[in-house]
Amino acid sequence: MEKQTVIEFRNITKRFGTSVIANNNVSMDVKRGEILSVLGENGCGKTTLMNMLAGIYYPDEGQIIIHGEEASIRSPKDAFRYNIGMIHQHFKLVDVFTATENIVLGTGKGEKYDLKEAKTRITAMSEKYGFHIDLDKKIHEMSVSEKQTVEIIKVLYRGADVLILDEPTAVLTPQEIKKLFAVLRAMRDDGKSVLIITHKLNEVMEISDRVAVLRKGEHVKTVNTAETNEKELADMMVGQKVTLNIDRPMPENPELRLNVEGITMVGNEGNFVLDNVSFDAYSGEILGIAGIAGSGQRELLEAVAGLHHLQNGSVTYINPKKDKPITFYHKSFERVMELASEGMLRYADGKDFTGKDADGRALPKKAIRALVEAGEIFFKEDEIINLREKTPLQIRELGVRFSFVPEDRLGMGLVGNMDIIDNVMLRSYRRGKSVFVDRKSPEELANEIIKNLQVVTPGTHTPVRRLSGGNVQKVLVGREIAAGPKVLMAAYPVRGLDINSSYTIYNLLTEQKKNGVAVVFVGEDLDVLLALCDRIMVIAGGKVMGTVDARTAKKEEIGLMMMGAAAQSENA
Amino acid sequence: MKKQIEHEHAKKEPLIRLVKRDALPTWKIILIYAIAILGSLLLSSVICSLFSSKNPLKFFSALFIGAIGSSRNIWILLQDTALLLGVAVALVPAFKMKFWNLGGNGQILVGSLAAISCMYYLGGKISDALLIPLMTIASILAGAIWGVLPAIFKAFFDTNESLFTLMLNYIATGLVTMFLMIWLEGGKKTSLEPIAYGNFPELFGSKYLLTILVFFALAALMYVYLKYTKHGYEISVVGDSPNTAKYIGIDVKRVIIRTMIISGALAGLVGLFLAGNIDHTIRMDSARNMGFTAIMATWLAAFNPLVMMGTCLFIIFISRGMVMVRADFGFTNDSIANIVIGLVYFCVIACSFFITYRVVFRKAEKAEKTKGEKTV
Repeated sequence: MEKQTVIEFRNITKRFGTSVIANNNVSMDVKRGEILSVLGENGCGKTTLMNMLAGIYYPDEGQIIIHGEEASIRSPKDAFRYNIGMIHQHFKLVDVFTATENIVLGTGKGEKYDLKEAKTRITAMSEKYGFHIDLDKKIHEMSVSEKQTVEIIKVLYRGADVLILDEPTAVLTPQEIKKLFAVLRAMRDDGKSVLIITHKLNEVMEISDRVAVLRKGEHVKTVNTAETNEKELADMMVGQKVTLNIDRPMPENPELRLNVEGITMVGNEGNFVLDNVSFDAYSGEILGIAGIAGSGQRELLEAVAGLHHLQNGSVTYINPKKDKPITFYHKSFERVMELASEGMLRYADGKDFTGKDADGRALPKKAIRALVEAGEIFFKEDEIINLREKTPLQIRELGVRFSFVPEDRLGMGLVGNMDIIDNVMLRSYRRGKSVFVDRKSPEELANEIIKNLQVVTPGTHTPVRRLSGGNVQKVLVGREIAAGPKVLMAAYPVRGLDINSSYTIYNLLTEQKKNGVAVVFVGEDLDVLLALCDRIMVIAGGKVMGTVDARTAKKEEIGLMMMGAAAQSENA
Repeated sequence: MKKQIEHEHAKKEPLIRLVKRDALPTWKIILIYAIAILGSLLLSSVICSLFSSKNPLKFFSALFIGAIGSSRNIWILLQDTALLLGVAVALVPAFKMKFWNLGGNGQILVGSLAAISCMYYLGGKISDALLIPLMTIASILAGAIWGVLPAIFKAFFDTNESLFTLMLNYIATGLVTMFLMIWLEGGKKTSLEPIAYGNFPELFGSKYLLTILVFFALAALMYVYLKYTKHGYEISVVGDSPNTAKYIGIDVKRVIIRTMIISGALAGLVGLFLAGNIDHTIRMDSARNMGFTAIMATWLAAFNPLVMMGTCLFIIFISRGMVMVRADFGFTNDSIANIVIGLVYFCVIACSFFITYRVVFRKAEKAEKTKGEKTV
């Protein structure tokens, strides 16, 4: 039996400025009692389209037909009049209110603010659809999944028949996703229409009845899930065939490069952001870090990079310098003398170099300089450098080659208002004694990055904030790799990137691994972590839950480790 | 059928919408500014003639005569532009760093006070050849101290720099009052007589030229400093994203302190010129409120020191011209002049809105048709 059509998009076009067309002539429909996935890469216009349904944007051309009549949805309030509700990626809840208060907040003027009555209604609804929620719990005490539940109930409470969920699974563990899906199915069976914005193929296959695929602002096709497969959907999404497997060679001669031992960091509210965290990173391997967003992954990398004060523990970098000549390129004169006095250096013939001559008199500075520059002074052993309580500048001055792709690209990794050249030279601008900056070699590097990583930009002089997320990330990763790191740390480097850009980044990381770099990768997509990394460390509530072999580990196993700690933090 | 739907749709389209523009070509931007300025002046002329029943065209002639009516007027116009430019040059590195230095007045005043003190106490006792370098050092030092104080507190205690610099203005005024009390023997005289010592020599027979050359040159140097030096680069990074600066290993505290020393020192230098080359005396309002006027100049120039030459000239042109308008139109107080200046600023700032956005009206024809439908 053909299901009844609830919403119809007719030739919808939405522009931002004159050059950006977010949606171009999109026509599609939504039926009663179905789960419809809106699938597409980042920036394909799926969120824009849904925002027009939710009253956040207004279409430039075309109409939205609801129950056969043309609708004008100019505000979220209008949307509610048509019984449409949207659950955004970033929750819009009042932190200090309870679940019930948040749900009731902002409902119609005529209604009495009766919490008791509201609670009964909400409880009945929860039972009907299978929500598990403590209605008296304050939002700030809730896990992400609970907050999402509140958002869903809030929308249902206002009588929504059409629910739009923007990337609902992005922040959930596999177990939580299962729960969410059960709820969505219950709502569908109750005759509601559920729209899910997503770019995760496996979830599309699992949950939806139909899939609407968007590509570059245009509606490609709507297909029945039962009649398609992941491969076909992926092809429709990207318009060309993409290989879904990531190349993963075995690590070659892994050597210990970074040792983190029992570090503890206290956050602003006196809570443990990192609690006795220890791990090792080896050259030639990718160490993945998995965990629910906000479990301390970001702080961990920032702490290692020298951006946070640590209460406890040690961070040690092992510089592979054994039998290599010491140079002034990475070491200051003072550091050379320090190493000499520690007995770390030798002459080419094996005799100790202490900075003194045979009679125990100190060699003149000039002579030492000449010896080092001639490459006649060697390391006896690998250099061991303590990084705790060092600033990023001090770390660099010690000759540690760290690269760090921070989570907040424009807020920390790059300067949004500066052009690509100026951003590329952030790491290198100090070079040389001149008071002027040299923009020549950064310009070459910028062009190289643009060419090699296929950065889409009008030119090297475009401010990076004007680039799309994927291109911003390519500039950042390109710069960090160009620094020739020994340790490369990347926090969520593919967040918000489309499939092609994501793979560019994966390949870059793998390439670095092959070059003997110790790569630390904080990711959120377990499938990617399992396909890309060699080992995966799972972290939850600032604690390490364990490290697994990425080649053999099961998704559920990792999910459980992520959850196990989540449950603990709830009890705390 | 389809057409009808379109009409339905039109009915519900909002009357006015704002659409973000793509970047406009430079000539169009200049044209928009020119129209805004012209429009505001036309409006001003009407207002002025309303209040004085004089021919509005007279407004324009008076404005131009006041600003560039004689060679002396032109020299003063350029000199005042140079002084304002000097203050703008002092403020701009701080602003680029998003350090809102509202203490320009105070920094000028202490610079001026330092120079005047040298002139008062040492004038006649040592030769001018020695006195002038001494005054220079004293002014720059005084300005730098006035600039670095809020910077230190900002860097180490994260205090609000706007309030801090603002408060220092009052302290500077207080200091001037105190010294004036001493010098004027407790109020026996009303103002400090111009001091004949430590006056700057004339350059090519002009007492204006030195000021003009110094500050226009400094503006060019500041342009180079901000754009091409490592210091300037660091200022931009710290201003745009302190987190990035931290991440990349820039010592943010050092940059803040270093930049404010420069900022304060340059403002102090303006104070030196006021004391040694122009006023030869000091009053509580010697800074001519340039510490605030210059903020306008830097913003209008989007923090570009070269463009600031133009914005400073524009601001001084209007205010010098208004002096003549005021006299010609017989206004007895400053209010009308201030209204006009405010009006001009307003129009110039407002037009930047139209450079960023485009206003789209609902199509009139469609609206009419829907009206018809409604009545049916």
